[in-house]
Amino acid sequence: MFAYRIDRRSGVATYVQIVQQTKQALRLGLLDVGDQLPTAREVVAATAINPNTVLKAYRELEREGLVEARRGQGTFVRQALGRADHNGLRTDLAAWASRARAEGLEREDALALAAAVLDEHFPQGHEGDAG
Amino acid sequence: MTVQEWAVEASGLTMRYGRRRAPVLDDCRLTVPAGSVCGLVGPNGAGKSTLLALAAGLLRPSSGELRVLGSVPPGARAEVAYVAQSKPLPSQLTVAAVLRLGAELNRSSGRWSSKAAESIAYEQGGLDPRERIRSLSGGQRTRVALALAFGKRARLMLLDEPMADLDPLARQKLMGALMAEASEHGTTIVMSSHVLPELEGTCDHLVLLGAGRVRLAGPVDELVSSHVLLTGAGSLDGQRVVEQRPAGRGATALVRRGDALPPGWEAVEPSLEEIVLAHLRTTGSTAPEEAAV
Repeated sequence: MFAYRIDRRSGVATYVQIVQQTKQALRLGLLDVGDQLPTAREVVAATAINPNTVLKAYRELEREGLVEARRGQGTFVRQALGRADHNGLRTDLAAWASRARAEGLEREDALALAAAVLDEHFPQGHEGDAG
Repeated sequence: MTVQEWAVEASGLTMRYGRRRAPVLDDCRLTVPAGSVCGLVGPNGAGKSTLLALAAGLLRPSSGELRVLGSVPPGARAEVAYVAQSKPLPSQLTVAAVLRLGAELNRSSGRWSSKAAESIAYEQGGLDPRERIRSLSGGQRTRVALALAFGKRARLMLLDEPMADLDPLARQKLMGALMAEASEHGTTIVMSSHVLPELEGTCDHLVLLGAGRVRLAGPVDELVSSHVLLTGAGSLDGQRVVEQRPAGRGATALVRRGDALPPGWEAVEPSLEEIVLAHLRTTGSTAPEEAAV
């Protein structure tokens, strides 16, 4: 089952955290079309947040066309988000990562390198709408 | 069963312990919508425990009206669970025997759930069913009392500082279980607490008591959106200021959101905690607010 992680001190509204984490899961392929989101009961039992917060987040995802509520069954993924691996990008990156590791780079070294290259190709201020 | 709009409804509610003493609750008017998770906050001695005990039907009001699930307490007793700060449990019985007792005493209502009670008592670092109540710690007794409350499958749970003596793991489990109960059964929950951040994510309704009066009450999102936190300098004429404090050469002020914001002030949305703290600090120095937002 997919689990949400709520950070009460982040300053980000709780329902927004649920929306963002769901989208992140869709991007990463942790959730795919037809998958069921956890029920409101399951989310609140695990995270101890108010049930209305979960319902608000799910309504927002529904409004954006990403999920659909099926009466008496639950909430299901309707549309995947632009996943990054459909052209083998993830595979290429995985090959790069394993080569970096083989050459003795630490995790932080690889991250710094990747961030530097990303900065070259995606200049700050041209990120577009991340949502 | 009729659908009631309000789980708790009070008007003119006054409670005094002895004729010559000041009332603990003084002409209180408040409503708790059915199905809400309501936080009851206020300084020590504000009347929170008295209000909960009145709602549970353990005390009778000196005057005024009080209805709980549509009845005068303790009329709806079978559908109301109440956990007091002192946990009166039979000390010589084992945990398992107390839960059996709960099942017997609630047999007539037909609502008792052993599964719900046992989940709270035994799961996740829970209790040993063979242990006797007298050998339990305060937090463990709380757990037994809460297990009885959950087993009752009440429509209204009245909890007087339920988290106070629980460890972090038990707190998280209990809060999760409460929210699941509200989500699944539409149970109304009224709980007093001093831990404001704990209430911020869980409560959708809030009642703030101060010196026996309702100082602030309403849906949490409306309470938040009806206040604004201003930082700046200059005049605040025409603003309904809740609290103002110096900040450098200027001030920060929590005000009621009006038609127009004063020029030259930066406005941000306050957190529920900031609103409650501001009202708590000014309790006694201002006239009580209307119960409505």
